[in-house]
Amino acid sequence: MKRPEAIVVGCSAGGLDALKILLAGLDPQLSQPVLVCCHSGADTVELLCELLARASTLPVVEAVERTPPRGGVVHVAPSGYHLLVEADGCFALSTDPRVSHARPSIDVLFGAAADVWRQALIGVVLTGANADGAQGLLQLRRNGGCAIVQSPADAVAKTMPQAALDIAGADHCVPLDAVAPLLNRLCCP
Amino acid sequence: MSDTPDNPDLENIEIELFVRAMQLRHGYDFSQYAPASLKRRVRHLAVQLDGGSISALTHRLLHQQAVLPQLLEGLSVPVSDMFRDPSVFRLLREQVLPVLASYPHINIWQAGCAHGEEVYSLAILLEEAGLYERSRIYATDLSASALHQAEEGIYSAREAQQWSRNYQDAGGTRSLADYYSARYDLLKLDRRLRRHVTFAQHNLVSDRVFCEAHLVLCRNVLIYFSNPLQDRCLQLFRDTLVRGGFLCLGMRESIDAAGTAVDFNPVDAGLRLYRRSSDVLSAKPLPAA
Ligand SMILES: C[S@@+](CC[C@H](N)C(=O)[O-])C[C@H]1O[C@@H](n2cnc3c(N)ncnc32)[C@H](O)[C@@H]1O
Repeated sequence: MKRPEAIVVGCSAGGLDALKILLAGLDPQLSQPVLVCCHSGADTVELLCELLARASTLPVVEAVERTPPRGGVVHVAPSGYHLLVEADGCFALSTDPRVSHARPSIDVLFGAAADVWRQALIGVVLTGANADGAQGLLQLRRNGGCAIVQSPADAVAKTMPQAALDIAGADHCVPLDAVAPLLNRLCCP
Repeated sequence: MSDTPDNPDLENIEIELFVRAMQLRHGYDFSQYAPASLKRRVRHLAVQLDGGSISALTHRLLHQQAVLPQLLEGLSVPVSDMFRDPSVFRLLREQVLPVLASYPHINIWQAGCAHGEEVYSLAILLEEAGLYERSRIYATDLSASALHQAEEGIYSAREAQQWSRNYQDAGGTRSLADYYSARYDLLKLDRRLRRHVTFAQHNLVSDRVFCEAHLVLCRNVLIYFSNPLQDRCLQLFRDTLVRGGFLCLGMRESIDAAGTAVDFNPVDAGLRLYRRSSDVLSAKPLPAA
């Protein structure tokens, strides 16, 4: 794998707590942007950002269209919109129909990010009660990216990580506690 | 690099050829759409119509005239809701309509009206404010089939609950059910709501100013456009609006990068409501698209 340039994270049921643990463990010197798609946990993206920011070692902001992700910053997809990344590296949003009942959809974010960053992308699938993310992770792996999936046995809701493993497979399948240390190791060698 | 269908460079070439063919064959220019969403939509159409092959889709669009409406519908994806983002409609009701009330005739342009959900939402607001008799709503979209459905005003009854909640949250004083009749699993909006609406095809990429308006509502359309096309549309809206006229965009749209943004003053930046400033120096001519 190439030196990672970005990290995408997807989760659903149980995702808020899982994200808090993940973001609390990230190296504050991390130089890659972190893009997050989380279906549940808070009514508005403002609240979600606030809750995550309290736990995170890195600043947490809403992803804004036509602006580039910044290294060492966590960008969260706004509710009701799909979040994508353009080839020029800027964020784009869409109100296209839900994908696997979800908007924002993890598949959409991972798919777009995989097109842009290819081998330089790390994708993380955490707890969730549906199969969103599996197709996106498959696309990410086909483009040479690195896939990390939370061990289903360790997840509050195992459907999402299990679907990811079944459909896409993973380069690393680890418990939640081990995800941040692994990311730190892959990103700041 | 291999020639597998997974080769991303090859796919980008196929998409570029598709877009070019669409322009040369049918005159629709999608080259300035934001590429990531456009790519998803073209892929989706290819799966629907041609087993996933974009080249086969391009071949079909070149040789089969009849497929055009379906392509346009697929590329434009008219998704909407009544009173989507209720806080915006509340703002329109409480702050915009009282200003519009001072005009003898009120012109509103709704650009990218999809299946008309927001058109009827606006008509209801105007009706309840006692302004509808002197209003005209121009509802435009790229897609003829979307416009056709907008004129029908028939929707799935599954939406009724969410839309009623939206209507209440937007400050509605009656019941949304007063405005539609439900039958089987469909709901049909009161035809009277249409009496001051003109539906028309208008392409934001290539068409020009066609009216003078006091309010332009264009939500979640420019998000699909690249920066230069977004700016072109903002010029179009500026040149359509009277001085002090209102512009309402989608809640997550950002116009900070657009040169024309200086011609609009925020009324409520969070809800993306702006007014055309009165000291626009020169309305620059629109660049040919
Ligand atoms: C996501 S819908 C927005 C519907 C509604 N305004 C809302 O926010 O709920 C986008 C609409 O823009 C229309 N559209 C896309 N490209 C256009 C163009 N070049 N000119 C006019 N309308 C266009 C599409 O057909 C679609 O109906």
